[in-house]
Amino acid sequence: MSIENLKSFDPFAEADDDTGDIKKVENHIHIRIQQRNGRKSLTTVTGLPAKFDPGKILTFFRKEFACNGNKVNDEKAGEVIQLQGDQRKKVMDFLVDKKNGLGLNPDNITVHGA
Amino acid sequence: MDNEVLDQLERKPSRKSVAFTDEQLVVETDGSITIMSAVEEPKETAQSHTPRTPPLSAALEAFADTSSQAAADELAPPEDGGLDLSLLKKKKKKKTKVEGEADADAEDGAAPAEDGGLDLTMKKKKKKVKKAEGAEEDEFTAKLKQLEVKDAEEAEEAAQEDEGDMETGTGVWTHDESKTIPYTMLLSRFFTVLSQKNPDHSLSGTKSYKIPPPQCMREGNRKTVFANIADISKRMKRTEEHLTAYLFAELGTNGSVDGNRRLVIKGRFQQKQIENVVRKYIIEYVTCKTCRSPDTELNKGENRLYFITCNNCGSRRSVTAIKTGFSAQIGKRKKMQG
Repeated sequence: MSIENLKSFDPFAEADDDTGDIKKVENHIHIRIQQRNGRKSLTTVTGLPAKFDPGKILTFFRKEFACNGNKVNDEKAGEVIQLQGDQRKKVMDFLVDKKNGLGLNPDNITVHGA
Repeated sequence: MDNEVLDQLERKPSRKSVAFTDEQLVVETDGSITIMSAVEEPKETAQSHTPRTPPLSAALEAFADTSSQAAADELAPPEDGGLDLSLLKKKKKKKTKVEGEADADAEDGAAPAEDGGLDLTMKKKKKKVKKAEGAEEDEFTAKLKQLEVKDAEEAEEAAQEDEGDMETGTGVWTHDESKTIPYTMLLSRFFTVLSQKNPDHSLSGTKSYKIPPPQCMREGNRKTVFANIADISKRMKRTEEHLTAYLFAELGTNGSVDGNRRLVIKGRFQQKQIENVVRKYIIEYVTCKTCRSPDTELNKGENRLYFITCNNCGSRRSVTAIKTGFSAQIGKRKKMQG
């Protein structure tokens, strides 16, 4: 359980407006896609809540989506899950699903890319 | 496939006031027919096919119980042949219809609006045919027993006749006609007359926001050219740089601007994908959240924040800065090449 007031919140975190994400208080999940060579692509999931173990989520993804993937520790975005192929829809479904998934609020998740 | 999936995912909330017109309306607003008409043609016919065939056959089935299902099915195909004689008229009608729909609920984008319009026409058609049935039932049943190809066409003609021409005052629209005119027809008449006599009213105001569809071409194998970005951003009253930055952030790529102020994006993208992103951009950075008007201005506020000021209702809201977010490094070798 987390108390909102006691978080180490940096009020000037957003001050640098073009450098990108805020460092710590990122509770918004972004699902992005990047094009690779040919028709290959890469799905990245950033900003997963800290209460979930990214490793476990990753193994689940790999098994469930039948794709490879790995976990990257980015200094800005924190733990990032990278998956091979376009898994945005599936990831979204999993994150939102209450029964078999994490049951997160879809409002906190943004799916990027066309 | 991915796009469709995403569409379902994302468009639900965003299916609001943005429409990419690849239809006649574009012609009205800016006169750039050339590219659009080519795309539009097959779509248009396909649309007029769908509402036409099922209702008629359904209606025929409804009152001609004696004729078998197969017969009804048989009737359907020749419909296509008979289509062209009324295509012109139909087109005009539908246009006003769609417009009307768009007026009625400006919330819907192009697709839903069209759906709505199609729905209406479908209903309308059904009603009409049934009405024709009432008037010329004997004739019809007699004909139906023969079950010839001709029948379909004639039935259609009858329906057409019943529908009448509201301008010349035939069919239902005759002066001393006592039959009640269906609401949908009256509604379509209203909008036809309105667009004829008072084009400003039917066009301005609550119509859905329309911008020309983005033109995308492939440059080489792995670059996409977004040709009319200047036009689009000008129409949205945003700088090209802002839109470009958003596109790059959203597509997770980068690119450059070429000599003719076209945007060259790295990676393969289809028009639909770009369209989706532009649509998101409009929702996020163009439309006023209070009154949904696209007539807004984006400017930098006092302290690094961007604000959107609505010219319509005067509301002002801040928008988030465009963030690129995390981007994974793809391939060591690629990176070294730059």
